[in-house]
Amino acid sequence: MDEITSLMHGFSVALTPYNLGLMFVGVILGVLIGVLPGLGGANGVAILLPLTFTMNPTSAIIMLSCIYWGALFGGAITSILFNIPGEPWSVATTFDGYPMAQRGRAGEALTAAFTSSFIGALVAVLMITFLAPTVAKFALKFGPKEFFAVYLLTFCSFVGMTKAPPFKTICSMMLGFALAAVGLDTVTGQLRLTFGHMELLKGFDFLIAVIGLFGIGEILLTLEEGLAFKGTEGKINAKIVIETWKQLPKYWKTMIRSSAIGCWMGITPGGATPASFMGYGVAKNMSPNGKNFGNGELEGVIAPEVAAHAAGTAALLPMLTLGIPGSPTAAVLLGGLLVWGLQPGPLLFTEQKDFVWGLIASMYLGNIVGLIVVLTTVPLFAAILRVPFSIVAPVILVICAIGAYTVHSSMFDVWLMLVFGVMGYVFKKLDYPLAPMVLALVLGDRAEDAFRQAMLGSGGDVTTFFSNGLVGSITVLALAMLFWTPVRALVGKIRGVAS
Amino acid sequence: MNVASVSTLQSKFASRPVSKLQAKFHSTLLTTIAASIACALAIAQHTSAGAAEAWKPTKSVEFVVPAGTGGGADQMARFIQSVVAKYKLMDQPMIVVNKGGGAGAEGFLDVKGASKDPHKIIITLSNLFTTPLATGVPFNWKELTPVQMMALDQFVLWVNAETPYKTAKDYTDAVKKAGPSKMKMGGTGSKQEDQIITVAIEKQSGAKFIYIPYKGGGEVAVQLVGNHVDSTVNNPIEAVEQWRAGQLRALCVFDDAAMPYKAKVTKELSWGDVPTCKSQGLDVDYKMLRGIFMAPGVTKEQVDYYIALLKKVRETPEWKDFMEKGAFDQKAMNGDEFTKWLTKEEARHQSLMAEAGFLAKK
Repeated sequence: MDEITSLMHGFSVALTPYNLGLMFVGVILGVLIGVLPGLGGANGVAILLPLTFTMNPTSAIIMLSCIYWGALFGGAITSILFNIPGEPWSVATTFDGYPMAQRGRAGEALTAAFTSSFIGALVAVLMITFLAPTVAKFALKFGPKEFFAVYLLTFCSFVGMTKAPPFKTICSMMLGFALAAVGLDTVTGQLRLTFGHMELLKGFDFLIAVIGLFGIGEILLTLEEGLAFKGTEGKINAKIVIETWKQLPKYWKTMIRSSAIGCWMGITPGGATPASFMGYGVAKNMSPNGKNFGNGELEGVIAPEVAAHAAGTAALLPMLTLGIPGSPTAAVLLGGLLVWGLQPGPLLFTEQKDFVWGLIASMYLGNIVGLIVVLTTVPLFAAILRVPFSIVAPVILVICAIGAYTVHSSMFDVWLMLVFGVMGYVFKKLDYPLAPMVLALVLGDRAEDAFRQAMLGSGGDVTTFFSNGLVGSITVLALAMLFWTPVRALVGKIRGVAS
Repeated sequence: MNVASVSTLQSKFASRPVSKLQAKFHSTLLTTIAASIACALAIAQHTSAGAAEAWKPTKSVEFVVPAGTGGGADQMARFIQSVVAKYKLMDQPMIVVNKGGGAGAEGFLDVKGASKDPHKIIITLSNLFTTPLATGVPFNWKELTPVQMMALDQFVLWVNAETPYKTAKDYTDAVKKAGPSKMKMGGTGSKQEDQIITVAIEKQSGAKFIYIPYKGGGEVAVQLVGNHVDSTVNNPIEAVEQWRAGQLRALCVFDDAAMPYKAKVTKELSWGDVPTCKSQGLDVDYKMLRGIFMAPGVTKEQVDYYIALLKKVRETPEWKDFMEKGAFDQKAMNGDEFTKWLTKEEARHQSLMAEAGFLAKK
């Protein structure tokens, strides 16, 4: 098999002490970037890109992609410990990760999250290794209508994900759509809902909303509860890793489902964030433990993490084969390729074998390195929970403010973060779910663009969403997901009556 | 475990995590500091002694890109950054910052607001003219300080290589035959350069397209490969790889003369072999500015520093490769000549956009 030979060659390129050293440096930097909310993988890679100008392209991309893996791993840490997603794709990890941490199972949740991330990545890398050309062709099949169908599927699989009443979920989601609509409208090129305020023309950044809603909101809530001392019973030792690993194999079905979702969303390119939500939603609907999701179920941590990391990894495939980035971070890496004198595109695989297979080999190695780095730090991170909240809270507040500022280097965003914080607090007090709003905020804009592009193309004909096998089946699947929860509830009722 | 050992354990952990957090802060800080020191040291050794520059940056220079990551402007900015770093052309680091909100208005307003700040430069594309005209956001190129035109970016009419169209005329005839609003033209953004060219093609040929706006040029090229649109007017650099792979066909270039690059890009063709649209009966001529501007109120000395810096950038072999790969028109100018060019170009955009009905309602 050609791929195996090429891959072995790739390992010989990647496995030098220098490159291994870069991997460790990259992963550690990446984890730090992942932990700091706001300073996302894309920002982090962009900031560190200049450091790689003098390296050879293969070493440079190994280091930068390791930063990327690190950020993917690191995003879960603050989600689980403090209910503050470090990265957009770890929002879904908070749903069950944080309740676990509150019950003293932080170590378990972290181990599960990291291991799941690793498994997701591994599946995606295997796919890249053996199926890249085929899969690249599949990605080309995605036009506006297909993209809209994918977003529709994400929203539909989300319904019934939270325990809140449907009315509250819809309210929250609609507010998210409204916020997503602020700024420049791609289709008409006009500014919308800015009311003449120039600060609003860039719209509401998802990251700032997340930092405010989750981070500041959570702190306000905890302040009110009198600086409660949470998660004190956290077991902190290396055994916890082994114990958690023992539990993981029984969730193989969830892992397979989430890997498939992740690979697909990474290629199309939906990205890691929708993948994590979809992974969580599907697991909740399909799992026998679905009812317990949201109360600290291990499976609820595994599902989004596997999907997010698989998607994050798979996002590099369209970048390498088509020259389109599957994620913002991939977009920055793409810029890097040009700087190093490589042109991403259909010919990269044939013309730059060393580089491509070196990178693919480094994906295997980088994730192994990443797993080792993060697992050894599980006890350390879990121990943060033992610090009195009165000390941690100000630190989190400062980190949040720095994070919000770095997104656009704008002080306005810091104020905006505080406003979102109050909003998050109010939402929590009134028992409205935050996640639907976040999801709508991150995908609303893209879903709207895709819908309107499809409508322009079809002359306003809605049947375009059933016009071919691919888009038709995604749309049908989406509608099926939408009605799955009520139908299942109905069936349950009928059965209950019958018996 | 007895009570005492538990409490010692707790105290151990209570002190460690804090220092861990601080360590994290420190290490990020340290990395940044270490990196900048390393840069500064390396640069200090190589600074050309005795250069007659009266002014030099005293802190890091922010290079604003009024567009998202991965697009043409972003690529060029990061490329300039890499050349400056590689040849150590500047004592201070150059940092690329994307401020693409509101079709670039975010970036332009940021630089406009940074009056007299010599540590901020911005790369422009056609949105320098189109964004204020189409959205009514209050800024004008005259409120910035023009520094240097780096190059002009060409536009090429592309179709999928699987289609039978060999010339621009074949294609516009097919569009006319299909009837109005049947064939799709994909482009970057709305009421920006791609749509302006589309309207100009429609005017010239009588064909009528459905214009579908996307967020970035790379995305547009891939949509054409996937047959989701029928044609595009991508810049050469946005579609060159798909052209080389035999997935796209270049029909004509929107310039009054053919491109000067003779090296083969695909198996048979060079950029120079792409005919002008004018020669195909499609009299449309449009090129896009890739220029550098500074904030208002900077001194002549400061402008001259950047002109000299960018001159050095343009003299590197890397830059020449970059120009050739993207088939840029290597026209470069500064000073009065540049200002005159900008005035003319603004008037042209004003009339093009007025004709197309793209001006913001006052």
